[in-house]
Amino acid sequence: MASETATDNDLHPETLGGDHAEHPSDARYVKIALFLAAVTAVEVALSYWQIPAINSYTLLLLSAVKFAMVAMYFMHLKFDNTLLSRLFIAGLTLAVSIYIIFLLMSGVFIG
Amino acid sequence: MATSTEEITHESTGTDADSHGHVTTTGISNEKVGMWAFLGSECLLFGALISTYLLYKGRSISGPTPEEIFDIPYTSVSSFVLLMSSLTMVLALSAINRGDERRLRLWLLATALLGASFIAGQVYEFTAFYREGLSLTSSLFGSSFFTLTGFHGAHVTFGIVMLLSLFGMSMRGALNQDRSEVVELVGLYWHFVDVVWIVIFTVVYLIP
Repeated sequence: MASETATDNDLHPETLGGDHAEHPSDARYVKIALFLAAVTAVEVALSYWQIPAINSYTLLLLSAVKFAMVAMYFMHLKFDNTLLSRLFIAGLTLAVSIYIIFLLMSGVFIG
Repeated sequence: MATSTEEITHESTGTDADSHGHVTTTGISNEKVGMWAFLGSECLLFGALISTYLLYKGRSISGPTPEEIFDIPYTSVSSFVLLMSSLTMVLALSAINRGDERRLRLWLLATALLGASFIAGQVYEFTAFYREGLSLTSSLFGSSFFTLTGFHGAHVTFGIVMLLSLFGMSMRGALNQDRSEVVELVGLYWHFVDVVWIVIFTVVYLIP
């Protein structure tokens, strides 16, 4: 009986972050898209500004911000069950880790 | 025995049925979990292609080089088009969640058209590069660039086919509010190809 109650609490959607929390309104989606467009414009402007050391990191940071915004709001990771976030982040983390190590070993970031 | 265990699991978890009426232990449909697992695995595919591009970057012994052929303003417009297609996709999902099938069709068609515009732009870009001497076999840069962007383009094309299929289903009346998860799954795939392009655009085109 006790174990049944524990199973109930462990597996109920709300305890995992909720299957479907309230999603943003259409107006909010439009605002997010405008923000993403503005960030893209900043990226393009920066690419013409020739300061390679600063630019590369700034461009990667802006790219990561755009990636996160699309994943969280348009793909609803911010509002959906946390299990889904874990699945995606596991694949993403694995990919980024493996390939950064691979590129470091290949000397891509040297010089 | 197996049946009774199953019954206990369903009763004790108290989870919601998914859009197809199945009960799952997590409360999330198997299709949605499967799609996210697939997208996680796609990170590895595109990670490999982007890493290969970076590995070969600057190691070509023959031209043309990226600096000589990239047209940043042109690709920026293509990127903007793909970014806006994510907005129309999410508006399509919002429409079907409200039961507004007319707007669903409108936004699905808009998304497919924006995607097709992106692909048309890519075809034009590839043709221009080929005329300037860059091909799949001309240099390390050519091989890695066309493989990476070609794979992405193939994903976008497959996404357009799925969007048009949804549009056709909706026209036949086979896509209603009860089946909104189908739109959500295609939307997840579409947003994923958008986020992959966000990375490609920065790493391949913008970073010198």
